[in-house]
Amino acid sequence: MSRKTLTRRQFVAATAMSSTALMAAPYVRGAYAAGKLSIGFWDHWVPDANKASTALVNEWAAKEKVEVSIDYITSQGNKLLLTMAAEAQAKSGHDILSSQIGWQPHAYDDLLEPVNDVMEPVIKQNGEVNGTVKYLGQSGGKWLAVPGTAGSQIKGPCSRIDLMKKYANIDVQEMYPAGSPPKADNWTMDTFLKAAEACQKGGFPFGIGLGQTPDSIDTAGAIFQSFGAELINAKGDITVKTDAVRQALEYYKKLIAFLPPDAPSWDDASNNKWLISGRGALIMNPPSAWAVAKRDAPQVAEQCWTHGFPAGPKGRFAPFQPFFWSIWKFSKNKEAAKSLLSHLSLPSSIERFVQASGGYDLPAYANMTTLKTWAEEEPPKGTLYHYPNPYNHQTLSIAAAPAPPKIAEQIYNQATLTKMVLRYAQGEKMEDTLAWAESECEGFMRT
Amino acid sequence: MADVVVEQGRLVRSTRPRKAAGLRNVLGRKSTVALFLTLPLILLIALLVLYPAFYSLYLATLNKAMTKFVGLGNFTFLFKRETFWMVVKQSCIFAITAVVFKALIGFIVAHFVHNIPGKKQRKWRGMLLVPWVIPPAMSTLAWLWLFDPSYSAFNYTLSFFGVGPIPWLGDTFWARFSVILVNVWYGAPFFLIMYLAALKSVPDQLYEAAAIDGANWWQKMWYVTLPMMRNIIAITTLFSLIVTFANFDIVRILTSGGPLDRTQLFATWAFQVGIQSSDIPLGACVSLFMVPILAVAAVFILRDVNKRGNEA
Repeated sequence: MSRKTLTRRQFVAATAMSSTALMAAPYVRGAYAAGKLSIGFWDHWVPDANKASTALVNEWAAKEKVEVSIDYITSQGNKLLLTMAAEAQAKSGHDILSSQIGWQPHAYDDLLEPVNDVMEPVIKQNGEVNGTVKYLGQSGGKWLAVPGTAGSQIKGPCSRIDLMKKYANIDVQEMYPAGSPPKADNWTMDTFLKAAEACQKGGFPFGIGLGQTPDSIDTAGAIFQSFGAELINAKGDITVKTDAVRQALEYYKKLIAFLPPDAPSWDDASNNKWLISGRGALIMNPPSAWAVAKRDAPQVAEQCWTHGFPAGPKGRFAPFQPFFWSIWKFSKNKEAAKSLLSHLSLPSSIERFVQASGGYDLPAYANMTTLKTWAEEEPPKGTLYHYPNPYNHQTLSIAAAPAPPKIAEQIYNQATLTKMVLRYAQGEKMEDTLAWAESECEGFMRT
Repeated sequence: MADVVVEQGRLVRSTRPRKAAGLRNVLGRKSTVALFLTLPLILLIALLVLYPAFYSLYLATLNKAMTKFVGLGNFTFLFKRETFWMVVKQSCIFAITAVVFKALIGFIVAHFVHNIPGKKQRKWRGMLLVPWVIPPAMSTLAWLWLFDPSYSAFNYTLSFFGVGPIPWLGDTFWARFSVILVNVWYGAPFFLIMYLAALKSVPDQLYEAAAIDGANWWQKMWYVTLPMMRNIIAITTLFSLIVTFANFDIVRILTSGGPLDRTQLFATWAFQVGIQSSDIPLGACVSLFMVPILAVAAVFILRDVNKRGNEA
């Protein structure tokens, strides 16, 4: 039997040919060739809204050959907040995690993967983001997280059309007509106060909380900002003892007289209950209360109209609460995570989020505020038209801004604003309230 | 004793077998067996109690960004905060008031139940334990609805007597009252069952002897029942004090610490500072502050228990 020997020349040629063939051949990927990705999404209030995010993720995963697992984590009892804190401590967990309140990106800035490469094309495509999203999501020009559509919300007024007309002589539909710009020049803090008084006398007080949970804090934040009242300015200087803060406190003291007596103990469910039970003429909330009323109290829902915030001496501010999707630095599949977040930020994906949530979810981008869902939702038709601030006639803001985010987070979560207004309204001297707030702010400056 | 005898018996053997026998003896000792049997539990406690405890001590020594060791800096910072001292005061008021009422109610009801004849007593015992066996997060939600100023059964009932509506959770006084009330409702059955067990262990002969001596109801209580229950009362009080000081769920669900932080306790404030406001080192400090307070209470209460034990 003859034995053919392989020459050096033949070996080199064979190797070169097989290498070329290997490189030129089409890449056939296996089922999950691009690895695994675990996602912790916020568990949506709106029934079936989670299905939209699951569908979007699965579509992307099938295309990109990534094995995904999604956990829907509730924000009830701050579970999502606890998850983020635990994963930050353990430096292990989901690749992508939603943040429940907008402060998280700054709180964990060292542990988050910068996402400029996601945000730059997304902004080009969807339009500029508002100032609050930049304030909360960016640090030194670096994007810490991607603004998430699911969960982001404006907590503006949701008024009862009939009660506002009857007791305050205000036609909210005329002031904020569906399909056209607001005619709300007279919708000022003074008008708001008079309306609050009239509705209270009519037996339907405005349902504004004075508790220590986000809904109460957000309203206080917008009212303070409309007077130009800042406890700490953008440079980090304490500015508690200013006329603007005094004016805001005086205004709140007058307003509290027309609010329900138990408002100091309200949580985020209280205002919803207040509206749905038919006891109040106005609350400050995203359309979740209206959505529940559609099911449980249709006669209330068909009288609800979501619209803009009243303007103060320094402008018209509406409480905005953006949610974010962030990628941990310790994620093992950052590229896939970024690819997914880009997919979730496509206009078509955003539209599906908004549709699935019945208009509750709010994209952060300028070109995405006129989707048909908000125009079509009913009853009554157009009730949500002005919810996404389509004419930019109000500044979307968050309480405690423009203080540096890590300090503002303390002011926000310790409910310093609502505590101040309560202290003063319950009889404490103005200067004592200001001194207390100043001392609190000094404590918040701790690094 | 047996161990010593066996060991003495093996002294005469050569070095090598003596070593093996020594090991066998060590392994055969009751104390070694006991150690091995309890080892899983010791490891579990080390993992779930000691490690988190030491880790929180470590966390408490870091700065807010958790990048720098600051020693006791967080504690000195806390000592200067008005809210912190308010929380200390409130935690003491909450825990002491709640424990006193729980003990009192438990003691009285235990006597009532003790005097109910056999079969019926079991039913009452079962019913009275219900508040304690329901998960507090669930039962507190029911209380939250009962305290609702607009739609609750309490205010609705009071309205028939021309009283109210009372802002149960919106007013400082009523909010404190409400959280203590719920804690007492939840915790009193624990005292009841412990006191009932203690009452059952008091020999009838002592009461008979006291009766022969002409003791009245009060004297029997003071000179027989209470001395016989002292240890149980002390240990139950300490245990309840620890649990009540560390209470979280009741306050969190009912008031979230409000209004104006007037129902804030160590645990709820630690959560607000540490988790909600992303200042974990300061949150760890707040929760650790319970340790010296409870340690002092434990020393006093347990020292008394030991003293009585020696007397016995």
